[in-house]
Amino acid sequence: MKDVHVECQRLMDWQELAKGCLIQEAATSRHFKTGDWRSMRPEWDSEACIQCLFCWITCPDTAIEVKDGKVTGIDYEFCKGCGICAEICPPKASAIKMAREEK
Amino acid sequence: MKVLAKTGNEAMAYAMKQINPDVVAAYPITPATEVVQIFSNYVADGEVDTEFVAAESEHSAISACFGASAAGARVTTSTASQGLALMHEILYIASGNHLPIVIALVNRSLSAPINIHCDHSDTMGSREAGWMQLYCANSQEAYDSIIIALKVAESCGVPAICSTDAFIISHSMDRLEVLEDEEVQKFVGEYKPQYRALDVDNPKTYGPLDLQDYFFEHKRSQIHAFSKVLDTYNNVAKNYEKLSGRYYPAVEEYKTDGADVAIFAAGSTADTAKEVVDMLEEQGRRVGLVRMRMWRPLPVAEIKAALSKFKAVAIMDRSDTMADFGGPVFLETRGMLYDLDKRPIITDYVYGLGGRNVEIADIVHVYDEITEVAKTGKVKKLVTYLGVRGEE
Repeated sequence: MKDVHVECQRLMDWQELAKGCLIQEAATSRHFKTGDWRSMRPEWDSEACIQCLFCWITCPDTAIEVKDGKVTGIDYEFCKGCGICAEICPPKASAIKMAREEK
Repeated sequence: MKVLAKTGNEAMAYAMKQINPDVVAAYPITPATEVVQIFSNYVADGEVDTEFVAAESEHSAISACFGASAAGARVTTSTASQGLALMHEILYIASGNHLPIVIALVNRSLSAPINIHCDHSDTMGSREAGWMQLYCANSQEAYDSIIIALKVAESCGVPAICSTDAFIISHSMDRLEVLEDEEVQKFVGEYKPQYRALDVDNPKTYGPLDLQDYFFEHKRSQIHAFSKVLDTYNNVAKNYEKLSGRYYPAVEEYKTDGADVAIFAAGSTADTAKEVVDMLEEQGRRVGLVRMRMWRPLPVAEIKAALSKFKAVAIMDRSDTMADFGGPVFLETRGMLYDLDKRPIITDYVYGLGGRNVEIADIVHVYDEITEVAKTGKVKKLVTYLGVRGEE
């Protein structure tokens, strides 16, 4: 698939645009990092995690990174800090805790 | 040539049948209900191949039209008044995506107070939505306009509204000359959209967030597409004349040569005014009529050319802007003529709201007043509310 966003470094003039606000490729949200306005960040403790995957299935984005059926971390480029993962994490494990985002 | 007896609604439904669109999604509303009701009979009887979607509101109907059009289908629908108001949000989304949907509309006043009769407040309220607008004067023109509008819309990637006056045209039986189905099919041709959302081999992103860096460029590109509409319309209208023998200019002049004054009006009232022009001519008075047929995009050059030759022009506005400065046709026409070295005096007559009848005598009265204005050069009243009780 042609990656318009990576190829096109300069902003296009109106004459160069496709009709409507159509983008001639799919899944362009990958290029648009939306995790930069988070006020709280989830912090995942790999030692405490029991791999129930509740956080993965309830994340409203797809910010819980999973490899080979196991949680491996959090994608901070897309996580909005909603805290659902920390809320759903079983209390006995408490592997995800929310912390204030400091930049 | 086949001649039928049909009402405005029947005529528009018949044009839709001959177009045989891929999808019609609609919700009924007086006085436009018949258009899709009759069309749904064509669907049920297998006379068209159309997928008919009976939606639960006008907002849903036009949304389904949007989806179908984005998928690459040829799409038409119908509505009126509150229905168009409820569609308002999606009108902008359809035009912003350059989707050539055609609405067979019946002009009816907007609530409140609730009323089912004619004025132009519904479509005049959607002037900025990016849809071509054609105001028809009779059933024949409504039939022809649906076919012309579809061709223009699909050529330009701009959606279109063709409208008739509630009940006055929509429910009045009239003589209708129709083309053969094959002639209409050949005229509109096969719809070949540039993009199809259902093209799974070439996936695309529809409706993305568009912020400060690109929104303005996309809007500029939409305005550019709109700027092509008038030229395309003129070509399509000429080709349609070759096929049907009927020609509809964007702005029609009737007996304007040698006249000092004119009425500028749209819809069925323009047809009534033609009768008055003839009547006054028989009495030895020379007055003209200019009919506004296209109001989006504005046929600026045509309107300038038509109106600049008069000493005074009376605008007939079948809606008000609530600007306390007259109706939309008045305001926009004055704007268009501002750059002329020699401008006519222009006064406004807001009339016929909520279906208030406008009769021969009313139009004669307007011609009398505007003739007096031309003679004296003095305007007694810039905006007149014609036929309202309690007015001086």
